[in-house]
Amino acid sequence: MERVPILKIGDILIVSIQVDLEDQSVLTLQEDLAEAVVKHAARGVIIDISVVEIVDSFIGRMLATIAGMSRMLDAQTVVVGMRPAVAITLVELGLNLGGVRTALNLEKGIALLDHVRSAAR
Amino acid sequence: MTAAREMPIASNGDVVLVRQYVRGVAVEMGLSLVDQTKVVTAASELARNALVYAGGGAVRVETVENGRRRGVRLTFSDEGPGIPDVDRAMTDGWSSGTGLGLGLSGSRRLVDEFDLESAPGKGTVVTVTKWGR
Ligand SMILES: Nc1ncnc2c1ncn2[C@@H]1O[C@H](COP(=O)(O)OP(=O)(O)OP(=O)(O)O)[C@@H](O)[C@H]1O
Ligand SMILES: [Mg+2]
Repeated sequence: MERVPILKIGDILIVSIQVDLEDQSVLTLQEDLAEAVVKHAARGVIIDISVVEIVDSFIGRMLATIAGMSRMLDAQTVVVGMRPAVAITLVELGLNLGGVRTALNLEKGIALLDHVRSAAR
Repeated sequence: MTAAREMPIASNGDVVLVRQYVRGVAVEMGLSLVDQTKVVTAASELARNALVYAGGGAVRVETVENGRRRGVRLTFSDEGPGIPDVDRAMTDGWSSGTGLGLGLSGSRRLVDEFDLESAPGKGTVVTVTKWGR
């Protein structure tokens, strides 16, 4: 089973999904992230899916769960780098990632987090 | 053309292997990137259903041809409990468990042809076809 590394930069956690994850690894990542948010008192979580080739209902649910969970732990989640083909497929699948913030790339994701935090101050 | 291949679906790892193999065949059949993504996503949903609800099953992956069109056909079969009410199972958002209830209904939208046969106690067979443009 693959374990996805969680990087920490300041008070932001960054996860970059690099391989086709099996369901168990997805659940482990969810738990690891919840623990890391608390442990590092993180204010933001960025999930980079720029090399992810498909997002099915399982991964989609993980993204929504992580967003909801980090909100409850006082952090914001941004999903960055979704491929156009993935976005088209998600819409047709019927998955509504309404509660999940997205940005086109890592840089824009970090800028979005900064913006959200300065607005909250 | 690639010969038909039968793959087991007995673990989460098998679901990953099915996704990867279907991707390869879709590329070979000349499907566009969006169509590859759609058929691989449908394959992932249907393989997971066989694993979760039937404790496992198998998929037959084959190439199809119709005149100048080429495509990929996937037949998922299991000998699980079957689906008592197919219409309800095909409804967006209906799940017997804690799922989003999008696997079957969403997969139908992602492919060109979709056929589901299920009988309680006998199992379920789902056949989907995605054609190149
Ligand atoms: N192979 C199968 N054998 C038995 N029942 C099945 C099978 N596939 C689907 N079902 C039933 O049909 C329902 C709907 O399936 P569908 O894939 O649409 O949603 P889900 O699996 O509940 O959630 P999701 O796939 O969105 O996470 C399931 O909850 C299950 O009861
Ligand atoms: Mg399902």
